Amino acid sequence: MLEEKQMTQLKRILIENATLVEGMIAKSVKGLRDEDAHILRTVIEQDETKANDYEITIDELCVTTIARYQPNTKALRTILMALNISSGLERMADHAVTIAESGLYLIEHPIVKPLIDIPRMGEITISMLKDAITAFIDENPDLALKVCERDSSVDGLRNQIARELVSFMIEDPKTIERALQLSKIASNLERIADLATNIGEDVIYMVKGTVIKHHKDQV
Amino acid sequence: MEPEVKIKAEKVNFFYGKAHALKDINLDIYANQVTALIGPSGCGKSTFIRLLNRMNDLIPGARMEGRITMDGQDIFAPRTDVVNLRRRVGMVFQKPNPFPKSIFENIAYGLKLGGVRDRAFIEQRVIESLKKAAIYDEIKDRLHEGALMLSGGQQQRLCIARCIAVDPKVILFDEPCASLDPISTRKIEELILELKKDYTIAIVTHNMQQAARVSDYTAFLYLGSQIEFGPTQKLFTVPKEKMTEDYLSGRFG
Repeated sequence: MLEEKQMTQLKRILIENATLVEGMIAKSVKGLRDEDAHILRTVIEQDETKANDYEITIDELCVTTIARYQPNTKALRTILMALNISSGLERMADHAVTIAESGLYLIEHPIVKPLIDIPRMGEITISMLKDAITAFIDENPDLALKVCERDSSVDGLRNQIARELVSFMIEDPKTIERALQLSKIASNLERIADLATNIGEDVIYMVKGTVIKHHKDQV
Repeated sequence: MEPEVKIKAEKVNFFYGKAHALKDINLDIYANQVTALIGPSGCGKSTFIRLLNRMNDLIPGARMEGRITMDGQDIFAPRTDVVNLRRRVGMVFQKPNPFPKSIFENIAYGLKLGGVRDRAFIEQRVIESLKKAAIYDEIKDRLHEGALMLSGGQQQRLCIARCIAVDPKVILFDEPCASLDPISTRKIEELILELKKDYTIAIVTHNMQQAARVSDYTAFLYLGSQIEFGPTQKLFTVPKEKMTEDYLSGRFG
């Protein structure tokens, strides 16, 4: 197959891109937990540009592969999903940057509460992204489905964090600004998990041709 | 890094009697790259590649202006040995045209014609050429059977092997897959990509998707004029000329 080389290259670049984004999420959460401003700045100042470049590279590769080889069936689905995944990764990178920015604010101020749930959310989210990309590379719909199933636990954690923060804010309005930043971080992690879920859904479409988005099909 | 220019066409004009078939063509064919010429019927693409090994010399009333050089040497200079030029610039045609001889003799013919007498060398070169043309495994037990017994796709690869046997530097393909089925077409396309490691390749094709798949550079010709030339990847995604865009989108031609 003439387009095989392009498909292999596409998968390779997507893995590199996903690895970068995973690292950005991990660094932004770790930087917040360990109060490490330096690591947070690398996410904002270095990694984001790299993530943007990956998106452009992947877009170009997809367009030229379609133009030159007119892929059909699974190859076509793979390319379309790769485009979705790359835009998802770019948005995840943006969320990681927002987390890092909030982190920079928070580490300059006294803590509202010990950070337990946010690092846990970070762990689950990163594992979702990892599995989603592995499912894409291995074309494994079962693993992809497991990613989608984990989304609700991240939603649950986010709601729990929000409730807890509201109680802090009611108790002491001086914590409002810090609590809002923490809430923003939780929301960003929750969005990242949603985007990882979308990748899982894309993988299922790519492999089986079945749409499970918006509960179209019961899988 | 810009690849090395193997063949350079400068202000080439060509006339069949009064018909002006090529108008001011300036085209570089890069070494070890595949250059495709596309365009609707009668746009001059075949006329152009036939100039590269002087296949148009004998057409009555035909006339060429401009300059075509290969490795810096003018191929139309009076001192150019045409037979030697055609040895260096081989050609594969639209319809496979093996000689009515055995498979072995088809490949050995060019060498014998060139005065090679060493039988061991000939045999070695025949096998090498068949291997390079990705046909050896299919026919290795039938080397002394008639070449016309082969399928169309096999005959075409045999013709490629025959062309390779005389050690060319450039191979010209004039619609090499026009009479082949999709599977044989794919085999030829994969072969072209393999061959570019050793040879410079120019291919004329009606099938623009074929140009997209196999070529590194593409020239789009229309009514004898070169409309656009550039890297295939660019030409097929963001062509500079509106006319190229229209042709590639199937609006004419």
